[in-house]
Amino acid sequence: MKKIAISKLNDLFSAISKEKVLYIPADDGANQARFTPWQEGLTLTDKLNTVRSAKDLFFPQVENLVNFKNSGKAIQIIENRTEPQPFVLFGVRACDCRSFDILDRVFLSDPVDTFYKTRREQGVVITLACNRPTETCFCGVFGIDGADPQGDVTCWMDEAALYWRANTEKGEALTAALPMLTDCAEEAIDPIAAKIRSILSKLPLNDLDLTGFNRDRMMELFNSPQWEDLSQSCLGCGTCTFVCPTCQCYDVQDFDDGQQVRRFRCWDSCMFSDFTMMAHGTNRPTQKERFRQRFMHKLSYFPNNNDGIFGCVGCGRCLQKCPIHMHIVKVAKALKEDLK
Amino acid sequence: MQERLKQKALELLENGTADRILGWKIGEFFYDLTPAVFKTRQEIQEEFVYSPFAGANLSKYLIAESRKGGKVAVFLKPCDSYSFTQLLKEHRIWRENVYVVGVQCGGMCDMEKLRAKGCEGVLSVGEDGENIVVETLYGTNVFPRAELLEDRCITCKSKKVVTFDELIGEQGTELESDRFSQVAQLEAMTSQERFAFWQKELSRCIRCNACRNVCPACSCEKCVFDNPGSGVRNKAAADSFEESLFHIIRAFHVTGRCTDCGECSRVCPQNIPLHLLNRKMIKDMNELYGTYQAGADPDTKPPLTDFTLDDEEPSIVHTRGGQ
Amino acid sequence: MSVNNEFQPTIVAFCCNWCSYAGADLSGTNRLQYPANVKIIRIPCSCRLNPMFILRAFQRGADGVILCGCHPGDCHYTTGNYYARRRMTLLFSMLDYLGIERDRTRVEWVSAAEGAKFAATMNDFAATIHKLGPNRRLEDLRCRKD
Repeated sequence: MKKIAISKLNDLFSAISKEKVLYIPADDGANQARFTPWQEGLTLTDKLNTVRSAKDLFFPQVENLVNFKNSGKAIQIIENRTEPQPFVLFGVRACDCRSFDILDRVFLSDPVDTFYKTRREQGVVITLACNRPTETCFCGVFGIDGADPQGDVTCWMDEAALYWRANTEKGEALTAALPMLTDCAEEAIDPIAAKIRSILSKLPLNDLDLTGFNRDRMMELFNSPQWEDLSQSCLGCGTCTFVCPTCQCYDVQDFDDGQQVRRFRCWDSCMFSDFTMMAHGTNRPTQKERFRQRFMHKLSYFPNNNDGIFGCVGCGRCLQKCPIHMHIVKVAKALKEDLK
Repeated sequence: MQERLKQKALELLENGTADRILGWKIGEFFYDLTPAVFKTRQEIQEEFVYSPFAGANLSKYLIAESRKGGKVAVFLKPCDSYSFTQLLKEHRIWRENVYVVGVQCGGMCDMEKLRAKGCEGVLSVGEDGENIVVETLYGTNVFPRAELLEDRCITCKSKKVVTFDELIGEQGTELESDRFSQVAQLEAMTSQERFAFWQKELSRCIRCNACRNVCPACSCEKCVFDNPGSGVRNKAAADSFEESLFHIIRAFHVTGRCTDCGECSRVCPQNIPLHLLNRKMIKDMNELYGTYQAGADPDTKPPLTDFTLDDEEPSIVHTRGGQ
Repeated sequence: MSVNNEFQPTIVAFCCNWCSYAGADLSGTNRLQYPANVKIIRIPCSCRLNPMFILRAFQRGADGVILCGCHPGDCHYTTGNYYARRRMTLLFSMLDYLGIERDRTRVEWVSAAEGAKFAATMNDFAATIHKLGPNRRLEDLRCRKD
């Protein structure tokens, strides 16, 4: 266990950014936080979490894949891949950190997504325990501990100091390059963690019970008559999907700029009417099917295929941002009724 | 107020005026209300809510709801009633299948503002005169209600319910609001400053389409931006041009039909002040073609489907506003 | 576009079929000079101009966009250009509001008999855009030809 005084935080950031590009959650001037490359003068946000999740850094909204050019009858393939620079992501919350495990299962299983893989290799994740969890937090439901997050390095903060514990080799290596961190006792964080846990135990969504969402009940859930009612007010926007740390669907599109074709991928949302639209032209026809897909994926298909791990980490972003507040907690609680 | 609405909903259901009620449904917390259709007495009694967090404009749902057969009763706040009337004007809602109950509105509260005040872990709110008392995991906070109002409500243009079959509460009037002051500020900037302002705002856009999908004026069966054959479909925001394109075209397409209900800015997950685009168009139309309020009545011709022989030439842009 | 490193603006001129396109024709038959980098796109009526066309022209590399139609009162369809006038006024105002240079867009009424006006308008517009420099505020970086 290491520590550094809060007043020296700037020195710490400065030292890290000398090694690698450092991203910290900072206010963006629109009453919200986002991961921003650190530079002199940038300070940590007071906000609990960023609006866009930490997945952005590993799985960006838009990524160029390759360009093509026609020359006569031949197609010229132009590689335009840029290798990501090593970076450090500071201030990731426990929920977002867990989301990387979920994304890993998707992108690092065969066939491996090399874009994602290189970013994962190049990135060092420094998590920060949640001093002030909010009412929309329900990471505890998924066995995530907001008082002791994972990551390459775990940090805790109180008014006086930042405590630092390296968890992995990557974390150790970074720690070794930061002499301003001084040793301290393991117990130093106990009061902070205890305080956090006392708040976590009082969170209003702790009663969310997701037992029973298993494979043999899948068709039952799929055919639930409740989807009609649950989805009736859904606007079909992509807010929930785009702020979600675990949503990983993307579309591959071509853009013809007049000289060459640029193939890129970009986030897609199962809430959109043209999601998975192919030549047959009959993808999910109404919002009910699209809505059902998103929640069935998170609550049933994903855990069925991934050792029971849900495709949700309880970060609460969709609870705060859905324009009509039809979020995963409401859906899960409604479906739970069917399973009784 | 909530009780009066609830009683009205029950009454309409029971006396056969309507066979279903469109209203706001209780959520996990006090603020996450969802628009919903209520079909039974029990649902209304247990789940119907009308509170300062019932901001969602229900009028757009009536496009689909009024076509389903039977009769639907709906509660419309003053600004929702403008959207409703505008949709009637565009023949998008089947009026005969809708029973409108107008509700007076004291302005809606904004959770974002509560959070911006550092209020985390909110569990409940109570009203104490003009104050809102907020219970949180970290203690109790008291704020004047005015400080929590949504921006669109601070500059409320009208408390008048335009179209209704019956009214709960007093009929209101159109208000003098300075809703164009921010637009005027932007107009007074230099071109370069305006460009920087909008680049900063629009660059946050994540192309979730919430602004479009919530907008009562955006009621095309298929949007050009969802059409793979249009050449402009993009989910990507791959270049700043695309964000500008989307928002310019959207704002322009609702010009003359936008009632300034403010839903676009309310739902934007990135807090982009999208209403400033629509208001600019409204302000321009007012100044160039005479005052016009979309949705204020079912008959007046909107400026873009009308003309006069001596309209200003487009070059007037050179002589208006800042540099 | 640049020739010998000197900026040559790309200009898209939307011309209505009945007046301005014929005006352009006339200026051609009269051998009046106007810049070769004015690309004319014929549309049935000035009213046909969807705002999207203008934005797409900028996206694909235009540095200036001009709309030419029949003089108000002379529209082949009687009133098309009156509607176009309102639309373009509001659209240009919005572009200005977003910080796009006012001079990049223009509307000019050119009749079939005004071959000279067509050439003069294009020369003047090209000079204005030349002075303004390349379109940077409403461009798609992916389409930049360097």
